[in-house]
Amino acid sequence: MTAKPTVNVSSSGSSTALRGPAKLEVKDFDLFYGSFQALKKVSMQVTERRITALIGPSGCGKSTLLRAMNRMNDLIPSVRTTGEIVLDGKNIYAPATDVEALRKRVGMVFQRPNPFPLSVFDNVAYGPRAHGLRNRAGLRDVVEKSLRSVDLWDTLKDDLDDDALTLSGEQQQRLCIARLVAVEPEVLLMDEPCSALDPIATMKVEELMQKLVEQYTIVIVTHNMQQAARVSQDTGFMLLGDLVEFGLTERIFTRPTEKKTEDYISGRYG
Amino acid sequence: MKDRVIEKALLLAALSAIGILALITIFIFREGLPVVFSKGPGEFLTGTVWQPSRGHYGLVPMIVGSAIVTFGALIIGVPLGLACAVVLAEMAPPRARKILKPTIELLAGIPSVVYGFIGMMILVPWIRNNPALGGTGSSALAASIILGIMILPTIIGISIDAIEAVPRSYREGSRALGATEWQTITGVVIPAARSGIVAGVILGMGRAVGETMAVIMVAGNSVQIPDSILKPVRTLTANIALEMSYASGQHEQALFATAIVLFIIIMLLNSLAGLARRKKKRKRKLKGDPAGGVEVA
Ligand SMILES: Nc1ncnc2c1ncn2[C@@H]1O[C@H](COP(=O)(O)OP(=O)(O)OP(=O)(O)O)[C@@H](O)[C@H]1O
Ligand SMILES: [Mg+2]
Repeated sequence: MTAKPTVNVSSSGSSTALRGPAKLEVKDFDLFYGSFQALKKVSMQVTERRITALIGPSGCGKSTLLRAMNRMNDLIPSVRTTGEIVLDGKNIYAPATDVEALRKRVGMVFQRPNPFPLSVFDNVAYGPRAHGLRNRAGLRDVVEKSLRSVDLWDTLKDDLDDDALTLSGEQQQRLCIARLVAVEPEVLLMDEPCSALDPIATMKVEELMQKLVEQYTIVIVTHNMQQAARVSQDTGFMLLGDLVEFGLTERIFTRPTEKKTEDYISGRYG
Repeated sequence: MKDRVIEKALLLAALSAIGILALITIFIFREGLPVVFSKGPGEFLTGTVWQPSRGHYGLVPMIVGSAIVTFGALIIGVPLGLACAVVLAEMAPPRARKILKPTIELLAGIPSVVYGFIGMMILVPWIRNNPALGGTGSSALAASIILGIMILPTIIGISIDAIEAVPRSYREGSRALGATEWQTITGVVIPAARSGIVAGVILGMGRAVGETMAVIMVAGNSVQIPDSILKPVRTLTANIALEMSYASGQHEQALFATAIVLFIIIMLLNSLAGLARRKKKRKRKLKGDPAGGVEVA
């Protein structure tokens, strides 16, 4: 493992010239679970208002990298990190970082929809309440706006008091996205958001992502290469903790420069 | 062949256990019901005078006594027990939890006479000598405090189980929205564990209603509707235990009637606890999950 000098990081890959400013920059990032190294000197750039996909075989560290971007890994006691992840010019691993404020800006949608066992309203209002919004009318507005942004408002506006766990899987995942949108984040991290959904629901959630990216920066982890090709503008391919290749989705899927990437894309890995 | 013998033996054992319980129940009702009917249920449930020698069997002072000490026990035991369960389940390092949880369960095994003795020697004099409290010390307050401590293991144990059963995904979902650990506990974990916690509280309540020895030792036991928590009270259980050694005839039957009242209260509490535990699942099943195929834990 040779360390790349950090200056090169943002310009690695052939397509950087086409990009806007970096929203989030991962610089020489290592992550250890105890003595096991799950991320090895990963460097990449997430560009504002684009969808960045992370692909790779199971266990290669996609979720770990995603969770590193809003420090969800802090919740696991054995985790140690080195290197930086820079959000709008500030290293989020700097000691003075307010982790709650960070997570408000960089939110996460999980693989399995995980609405809270509360009403639809309370699910969406949860984040704003946690960040201090108390007034009833204000909360109502946020809930309506957030549910509209995921196209759930018309379906659920009369059932806001229903237990969220009674919704369908797709609706639950939409609700989880609405819950996130309600805290007005800047970056949405999505860890295989469609893997628990059927094809039609998957298509709808992908459409939703295309709509959301007009306002938000999105990073999505997916097992499904077609999905990465369909929805993303940038793609990173990971293998055993290494970010093997990173670049424009179109190029990664048509002209990968690394042999390993090509092998994976043509289906020679599990 | 051998298996069948063992099977039969186990069946026999199970049946006789159930049979004995059924016999006890029948016995209590057979002994207690005649006097209830001859005096009329109203006398028992609304009469405020308990004077067996004059044929007065009003249970109201005892029902009120049991209600006060049980309620007092809950006021002390529920916040304390819940706080303890939250700390142990959510915040304490795993090693501390491994030691403390069995220790707390051990507290449930201490004979109640020991709790009563500690109450008599320490708590009662403390209340008596405390200028802000006073009285004889043997009081509803003393009984409430002792019972509040005695129901802690039940409440803590069941609440910890309920909190630990809350899926990690709820906590992660909350933290990922930028909620703090504390907001996550109060906003998601406790609501998600609510039915289990309620079941624990109801079972603790059952324990408080049924406790006898410790209560007799600290409650003062005079038959009156107290006008302050510093006054002595007599509970339903104490009523039976205190008078059974010399009661006969109608008086003895009236004690069985007291037992019937207790029996019904405890049965109600236990079925409530069971209901609280089951209710949630049933509610979830009402609406199917047509499109998702996501099972709910
Ligand atoms: N909490 C943990 N403690 C120890 N090791 C872990 C932990 N979480 C993940 N790992 C290990 O880190 C590696 C990367 O895991 P990660 O979940 O990031 O992979 P992934 O690419 O998301 O896989 P999948 O596609 O199956 O979701 C795996 O080898 C995994 O076993
Ligand atoms: Mg994963």
